[in-house]
Amino acid sequence: MIQEECLSIVTVGHVDHGKSTVIGRLLADADALPDGKLEAIRENCRRNSKPFEYAFLLDALKNEQAQGITIDTARCFFQSGKRRYIIIDAPGHIEFLKNMVTGASRAEAALMVIDAARGVEENTRRHGYFLSMLGIRQVAVLINKMDLVDRSQRVFEDIRAEFEAFLAKINIRPAAFIPVSGMEGDNIAVRSDKMPWYEGPTVLEQMDAFAPIPPAEQLPLRMPVQGVYKFTQNNDSRRIIAGTLESGSVRAGDGIVFYPSGKRTTVKTLEVFNAETPERFVAGQAAGFTMTEQIFVRRGEVACRQDEQPPCVGVRLRANLFWLGRQPLSADRRYHFKCGTAKVEMRLEQIERIVNASNLSCQLRQYVEKNEVAECILRLERPVAFDLAGGVDATSRFVIVDGYEIAGGGIITEALEEYDFDTRNIRWSGDAMTADERARLGGHKGLVVWMTGLSGAGKTTVAQETERRLAAQGVHTYILDGDKLRRGLCRDLGFSDGDRAENIRRVAETANLFRDAGVVTIVTLISPFAASRNAARRTIGGDFMEVYVRASLEACIRRDPKNLYRRALSGGISSFTGIDSPYEAPENPDLILDTELWSEEECVETLTDAILARLKDETIRI
Amino acid sequence: MDHLDKLESKSVHLLREAYAAFDNLCMLWSIGKDSTVLLWLARKAFYGHVPFPLVHIDTHYKIPEMIAYRDRLAMEYGLYMVYGENREALEAGNTFPDGKVNRVECCRLLKTEALTHTLNGTWPRYRLNLKTGKYEPDTNTAAYTGVIVGARSDEEGSRSKERYFSPRDKNNDWDLDDQPPEFWNQFKTDFAPGTHVRIHPLLDWTELNIWEYIEREKIPTVSLYYNQGDGCRYRSLGCAPCTGPIRSESRTPAEIIRELKTGALASIAERSGRAQDAEDGGGLETLRRNGYM
Repeated sequence: MIQEECLSIVTVGHVDHGKSTVIGRLLADADALPDGKLEAIRENCRRNSKPFEYAFLLDALKNEQAQGITIDTARCFFQSGKRRYIIIDAPGHIEFLKNMVTGASRAEAALMVIDAARGVEENTRRHGYFLSMLGIRQVAVLINKMDLVDRSQRVFEDIRAEFEAFLAKINIRPAAFIPVSGMEGDNIAVRSDKMPWYEGPTVLEQMDAFAPIPPAEQLPLRMPVQGVYKFTQNNDSRRIIAGTLESGSVRAGDGIVFYPSGKRTTVKTLEVFNAETPERFVAGQAAGFTMTEQIFVRRGEVACRQDEQPPCVGVRLRANLFWLGRQPLSADRRYHFKCGTAKVEMRLEQIERIVNASNLSCQLRQYVEKNEVAECILRLERPVAFDLAGGVDATSRFVIVDGYEIAGGGIITEALEEYDFDTRNIRWSGDAMTADERARLGGHKGLVVWMTGLSGAGKTTVAQETERRLAAQGVHTYILDGDKLRRGLCRDLGFSDGDRAENIRRVAETANLFRDAGVVTIVTLISPFAASRNAARRTIGGDFMEVYVRASLEACIRRDPKNLYRRALSGGISSFTGIDSPYEAPENPDLILDTELWSEEECVETLTDAILARLKDETIRI
Repeated sequence: MDHLDKLESKSVHLLREAYAAFDNLCMLWSIGKDSTVLLWLARKAFYGHVPFPLVHIDTHYKIPEMIAYRDRLAMEYGLYMVYGENREALEAGNTFPDGKVNRVECCRLLKTEALTHTLNGTWPRYRLNLKTGKYEPDTNTAAYTGVIVGARSDEEGSRSKERYFSPRDKNNDWDLDDQPPEFWNQFKTDFAPGTHVRIHPLLDWTELNIWEYIEREKIPTVSLYYNQGDGCRYRSLGCAPCTGPIRSESRTPAEIIRELKTGALASIAERSGRAQDAEDGGGLETLRRNGYM
């Protein structure tokens, strides 16, 4: 009795290793060809004086419906004594990797073909890696063209040992290694008596031994919500949560939690149309249920059971992904991330490594090109519920949409905390243009030089002269002067402690924008409170330099360039730093300029050199 | 779950994805067995409702039973039933065999052209008024952005290359050589303005599966598929002048299943009764590239 079920098998391997010949031979020897087809092709070859090849069978059957067999570059239907098969012939050429991915993802098992005379080649390994990422766990390796290597057991065992070691690294354990000859028909559908040392299955036997993937009924319930249906026609008052069970099972009375919202309810009824209401829904079924409480849920949430392990919920994750898009994957573009039925905006936060899928070597670069594989950190705009690779397949896999096209896919390996210490700057680098691109354009990166000190310590004087020196060296600079900002951006603020803190916050944010634009931004601001300066450092991140311009209060009162101390001392100004408001000197500044001990020239030179050193030191930070 | 349950679940999943993704969605209903199964699956997916229009391209050469069956089912199910046509070609007599053009040209004008313009809303759509049973101009004249179609991959060579969600450009063209990747139950649901996406929920079904499902679900189908006593039945339905019956004794879906399983029809292509396929040198692929279903 032939099983009704149809098993999909993908054939992969390096170009010219004989995939088409193996399939042609399989169809011929398994007696799955239309009557007369083989003879017609033999006759055609004879007339054109070319040697007959089984691969011609595939070409001849392409784009053609011939008595129940349809073959094209994508799929070919055939039947063994046990069951029906769809054989998906994946292109061996790297240019067609996206078609290979499309074909292989529909398969439940794979046949990998290797030329015995040429051994393991680039795309053999690359296809192996992609099968692993796509989650194809049933694999058989066919070592083909054994007739060209005298059917040598040694050659077979050497290739087997090499490839088995590679596959083990990517978690593929083949069900069989089979020595075959597509040309001669050895061990394809018929056991060969020319390799008595081989005792394993033939290709056809191995295909029959593969099993359809059973739905993940034993895992926790995951039902990504496809929609909430309330159709009022014919007075239908049901409100039905609809979706396909990717894993687990559910029955009436089960307590449910929807993620990421965390909303809870209980299943009231299971819903079907034109069928008896089942006792439960199981993995693989398109399902629907009503709830006891009418909570608001929508597409994109995942229905889970309260008594089972919950999924991860988050906006940052580590993933293993492959990229198929024409435009490289980079941090400066916005993408959409689709997982289950959720679709949210996404940015690439960081590339941790780019893996060469054919030899597993790694490199570091700032974008992932077409057909490459990479480990990345992704940041989502809104929280999404997901599982980790090795758990539920459907909710641990995602695709990335670039514009209107699916441009990549991957598996989630780790859920990460929303923020890490450097997160603000990472966000900035996700802008339309990155900080590094601007740095390349401007010749140097942006930097904030924060000059703190008493009024009259010499901040403005030193800053203005330093700016001239830097400009002479081609450095883009700008001075954000505390007094100037108080006349515009901060004119609504007074001198209370709260207003001073707010003043400094605004200056810090403004300085950070200038820095992001690629400018060396010199801030001259008394900024008397350590807490405010530390906040500014946090806002700006790594490219921040605190400069303490030191002079004693006595010296400042003596200099008093703006007549402020005199007014403060006479009570004309209140809350004046040094007089009736404290100045907290920096404990650990990046640079101290003592304007009492050093000349103006010495201070300017020291500061200019320090800034140039910072710029040169790490012009482009990856 | 048996194999029909699996096929059904996959199709229902695809229909629900399409419903979520497209604001202006429709389903083509040719009145044939495949798209009638599709209609049934939509009622499964949406619990007896069909929340989008059913679009039929009426060539006015259809076998009369088909139109009567269409309107009867539409009234019974309360469908948003719409038809479109090539009024100009019909009035000018650019038809076959009673007009001025050959089979393939007739097909192009009455089906492909009519379909293109009905889908993009440039020609009138007529909607069945469920109270009066009469067709009236439809108020929705916007281009459909998602079009659900009952194509099966085993039907004919070019169809085995289809994706579940398959983009069509502004000219309705299908770019066979550069199709988007499709994997892991994630589909192309984003599209540029002016283009649309065809959705194929029946891609994995075979002719046998269709009949098994019709039998299991007791889906009403047109009587033309069955031998009414003259030893003939239609295996594929189209326009009267270009569709011929096959010799067959099968009177019920169960008998058709038996007939298919014994291989009695194995040497006859499913669409062999469709004369336009044979006449068009490129097979269906030429017509399909240009938007034919």
